[in-house]
Amino acid sequence: ISPASAGLMASPNLNLNDLHYCLSGHPTLPCNVLKFKSTTIMLDCGLDTTSVLNFLPLPLVHSPRLSKLPGWVSKDGTINLGKELKECAGRVFVDAQPEFCLPERELLDLSTIDVILISNYHCMMALPYITEHTGFTGTVYATEPTLQIGRLLMEELVNFMERVPKAQSATSWKNKEIQRMLPGPLKDAVDVWMWKRCYSMQEVNSALSKVQLVGYSQKVELFGAVQVSPLSSGYSLGSSNWIIQSHHEKVSYVSGSSLLTTHPQPMDQSSLKNSDVLILTGLTQMPTANPDGMLGEFCSNLAMTIRAGGNVLVPCYSSGVIYDLLECLYQFIESANLGTTPFYFISPIANSSLEFSQIFAEWLCHNKQTKVYLPEPPFPHAELIQTNKLKHYPSIHGDFSSEFRQPCVVFTGHPSLRFGDVVHFMELWGKSSLNTIIFTEPDFSYLDALAPYQPLAMKCVYCPIDTRLNFHQVSKLLKEVQPLHVVCPEQYTQPPLTQSHRSDLMLELQPPPMPYRRCSVLNLPFRRRYERIYILPELANSLVPSEIKPGVSVATVSALLHSKDNKHTLQSVPKPPPMPPSKKRKRVIEEPPVALAPKPMLSGAVALEAFLATLQKHGITEVKVEETADGHILHLQAEDTLIQLEEDGTHIVCDSEPLRTTLRDLVLRFLQKL
Amino acid sequence: MPEIKVTPLGAGQDVGRSCILVSIGGKNIMLDCGMHMGYNDDRRFPDFSYITQNGRLTDFLDCVIISHFHLDHCGALPYMSEMVGYDGPIYMTHPTKAICPILLEDFRKITVDKKGETNFFTSQMIKDCMKKVIPLNLHQTVQVDDELEIKAYYAGHVLGAAMVHIKVGSESVVYTGDYNMTPDRHLGAAWIDKCRPDILISESTYATTIRDSKRCRERDFLKKVHESIERGGKVLIPVFALGRAQELCILLETFWERMNLKAPIYFSTGLTEKANHYYKLFITWTNQKIRKTFVQRNMFEFKHIKAFDRSYADNPGPMVVFATPGMLHAGQSLQIFKKWAGNEKNMVIMPGYCVQGTIGHKILNGQRKLEMEGRATLDVKLQVEYMSFSAHADAKGIMQLIRMAEPRNMLLVHGEAVKMEFLKGKIEQEFSIDCYMPANGETTTVTTNPSVPVDISLNLLKREMALGGPLPDPKKPRTMHGTLIMKENSLKLVSSEQALKELGLNEHQLRFTCHVQLQDPHSDADTLHRIYTHLKSVLKGYTIQHLPDGTVIVESIVIKVSSSTEDSNTKVLLLSWSYQVKTWTLFLEGLPMQSKPGSSANHLVIESLF
Repeated sequence: ISPASAGLMASPNLNLNDLHYCLSGHPTLPCNVLKFKSTTIMLDCGLDTTSVLNFLPLPLVHSPRLSKLPGWVSKDGTINLGKELKECAGRVFVDAQPEFCLPERELLDLSTIDVILISNYHCMMALPYITEHTGFTGTVYATEPTLQIGRLLMEELVNFMERVPKAQSATSWKNKEIQRMLPGPLKDAVDVWMWKRCYSMQEVNSALSKVQLVGYSQKVELFGAVQVSPLSSGYSLGSSNWIIQSHHEKVSYVSGSSLLTTHPQPMDQSSLKNSDVLILTGLTQMPTANPDGMLGEFCSNLAMTIRAGGNVLVPCYSSGVIYDLLECLYQFIESANLGTTPFYFISPIANSSLEFSQIFAEWLCHNKQTKVYLPEPPFPHAELIQTNKLKHYPSIHGDFSSEFRQPCVVFTGHPSLRFGDVVHFMELWGKSSLNTIIFTEPDFSYLDALAPYQPLAMKCVYCPIDTRLNFHQVSKLLKEVQPLHVVCPEQYTQPPLTQSHRSDLMLELQPPPMPYRRCSVLNLPFRRRYERIYILPELANSLVPSEIKPGVSVATVSALLHSKDNKHTLQSVPKPPPMPPSKKRKRVIEEPPVALAPKPMLSGAVALEAFLATLQKHGITEVKVEETADGHILHLQAEDTLIQLEEDGTHIVCDSEPLRTTLRDLVLRFLQKL
Repeated sequence: MPEIKVTPLGAGQDVGRSCILVSIGGKNIMLDCGMHMGYNDDRRFPDFSYITQNGRLTDFLDCVIISHFHLDHCGALPYMSEMVGYDGPIYMTHPTKAICPILLEDFRKITVDKKGETNFFTSQMIKDCMKKVIPLNLHQTVQVDDELEIKAYYAGHVLGAAMVHIKVGSESVVYTGDYNMTPDRHLGAAWIDKCRPDILISESTYATTIRDSKRCRERDFLKKVHESIERGGKVLIPVFALGRAQELCILLETFWERMNLKAPIYFSTGLTEKANHYYKLFITWTNQKIRKTFVQRNMFEFKHIKAFDRSYADNPGPMVVFATPGMLHAGQSLQIFKKWAGNEKNMVIMPGYCVQGTIGHKILNGQRKLEMEGRATLDVKLQVEYMSFSAHADAKGIMQLIRMAEPRNMLLVHGEAVKMEFLKGKIEQEFSIDCYMPANGETTTVTTNPSVPVDISLNLLKREMALGGPLPDPKKPRTMHGTLIMKENSLKLVSSEQALKELGLNEHQLRFTCHVQLQDPHSDADTLHRIYTHLKSVLKGYTIQHLPDGTVIVESIVIKVSSSTEDSNTKVLLLSWSYQVKTWTLFLEGLPMQSKPGSSANHLVIESLF
């Protein structure tokens, strides 16, 4: 149990700094940890899969070409890793089951994480690595579409790996001395010892059993100290940004948001206002590519290839942009005369993905919601399937092999071209220049993806469609919501390496954003001044407010403070039992008596004339007034008493107790009590 | 004291035309806006003149919330919004928003086209009314305005049914609408968190019923249908197009499959195919099992159930027909009933509650001769069976919900007075909370006692916490003192010093000085030192300073000693202190000369300084 869940422990932690840890170096597949008000919150759990580009593809059927690739031997012949490493067209690949680059697990104790907030289904793929075998006992929060589609994508990944098991594991090349000798990009790969094979379905199920579903704008209380709430981010089905706030501090976590009109509910921007800190991740990876233009190019290249009698291969994820591609094609097919061309969607989760997309009306854009009211399926791919224009298969084996007609269009994964059915089509179609591969996913460099298939005759078209915020949109958004501080990956604070002159491709803000990189820890700049406390009704009713300025009243409060489960309350001090008037004065008191209310502070000034009049009313008539530099001295001659009246002070010199008490009370009448 | 007021305009000690007004924290909310199936006159709709005698309702209501699509909960909505006049927000869940206008249109057609009534809402009015609807998602917190927030919870009952939590400041009300605490074949059970509302407004349709197991009821139902079919009879099941219909279809579909039965099952009107589409598209609102398997097999694609045509009613041989509406008060179900009522081989199964005045209600009460329009009477010879399949919570379920939500007060609606009375007793006995059951037009007022949220300066809070030691014991409360500043709508609790600063006020120092005589033979310095050491021994934990200029200082108390000019044994203590001094009492108790009682000078000191 972490300190926060113990509740009462939170009080002494008021002094703790709010920290931000970065566990992933990939800005679009983030994994950050926020320590906020003694609660430890992981923001996303992205899995960096670009590491798989260093591996050889996993073919579904035996590939003579791949099996004949020569092993790698160092130039001087001293190192022979022929079993682990193969050479293809000048590049070296690891011949083993592909491995992923995990979020950092050493930066902080993962068992102390209280909750994990997921922003979209692409950003949860590392979940089993974090929730299993680390001592994690917390809760994961995600929306229903995020959970369901995320589960499908994990299932697909496991299926891709498990259906072509590769017994061999390759570790020799990871030896630092050897890695240094390898050609790039293997040589430059970082943290290779941390790379891990894919998880099992059992681990997926266990990880996802820790997910608790939330709806947009649902307020979830964490240990009474912090409230978290997901907001629509407009990027994918159920995608969300998160608000993490206490009564007086607000952190916005913006991850993978889109302002384009595609299928998801539009982004909720206004709720991000008044943030003290805005953590910004998941901007577009293609800041110079316009998604609409790319979509147009996608369609025209597809039509051109088909007309010329070639096949089109679209390596893609099984959920997300594919829904938009299919919708675009639905409108395009007839006008482009492609009515008879078969479209195939091949994935172990193709059917589920298409079915699930139709049942999340609440999470869709307005137009699609309206269709559901009719009631019609929100996505037109239902009609494409009904009219047999689109067919889906779990894999190339089985029905597909007998029903398959060419020329055709195939949508299939994985976009890295390292595993999944796409490997088969690369081997099948790569040799003919009639065929075209169209890249639509922005996650992988297409040149790197194609490297193990070289030399290649098929045409390659690169139309990356990334609907996430670009720098222009994000600076407009930030102007609108005006966070006090922005925290973001360091990549966003400088122009891309290849376009170093493009200062428009970076964030320029005042104050400048606080950049982070993998393994960095930031102190978040909160100036915490207030905390919420509840005054119980009995006490509230007993308070006596007095107006000290128009519209401003004050009341002095003496009360018992209770702090429990991070909630503070004030209640009336119980009346102490009447003290016996006996001689208890000799008692040595070790502790101050807590119940004694202190005297209030005083403010204001005692006006001379009015005070004299008051004295007179109380029978004090013989008063000699003497003017001083700072005020007056009143000599009460009959009583042998002095009263010094000044702007910010009154001094009563008097040896008679009853008189002093009277004078005190008269002076107090002129002063305000705070 | 703040109050919450609840006034049912409908469903107060009655079932039908649910419409409950709630006033909370200065906001007025209308919960449901239903029609009464048992009446064809003015009593059909709630009496909106209660809200205002003339003019529109917009100024009097902050929002309207519809719990589910049944007409006794939404049937008066277009009348209220378009004919009486209301332009504010209307909230309902997505499935309700989708299905509600269809049922309203159906209702309108029956009333206007078939019964020829005029002065009724039009199709256009239904459309205009629905434009005012804002869809609600489960568990989403919707900010109606800056102060009023609402949140929907799953209620079971029918597709899209919701309970709603209404909150203004720290006061809150939960309205259940109709709900079901046990999952059935297509819906899940209602759920709510421990939100501790000031009032829980619950339906109480089955307030006195504790229903036997659902399995038994289902077996009974299937047995009766099967027997009737076996002997060549026709079975009529009057249902509403959406809701129990789907539940019973799933039940019959699986039974037909298992028993390999051939008799046709029909579902009347085109509405139903459409209805099943809604279930497919809103599958996330159904139960866990259906949601999990829908990709492989969609439970709402029926193999054995076909669309009904009016002519089929005269076909020979056995058949089962689901026909709308459910209480036999109009439409196709009534037509078929009239056709089949004369044959004792036939059977009608009423699967749900029937409100007073409907034919369903009459035959369930054993009436065998029915007066029909135009003086004709109808002899009822077919078997009449009643099976409670309506998805309402029974007494056990209502108690279960109370345990879940932990309300401070309970209020019953949507039930019959006698039954409510019984349940009220049970609730008050078991939970020791007040339970109300206002009649229509009668207002229940509940006073609430909310805590006042205040922003406390962190410095002040930390200071008070530090006094409690590094690990505060939650059982041991600490006292704190501060100044509450009330400015506009903000309440801030700060230390007195900070209050002065924030308000731009100067501090006014109030000091006192007096002389006290005391007999002591020692030198001035020794007397002062004796006072110093003694104070030190008794005032533990305080800083006591003995300054070289001949003063002892404790807090703001300054002590000086001088000898009397006349008598060196008589010492004069000069005491000076500020108004706020805390240690005064302790200081006095610590003075050494108090051990010599009777000295008038000491006496003066002690008494005067209290």
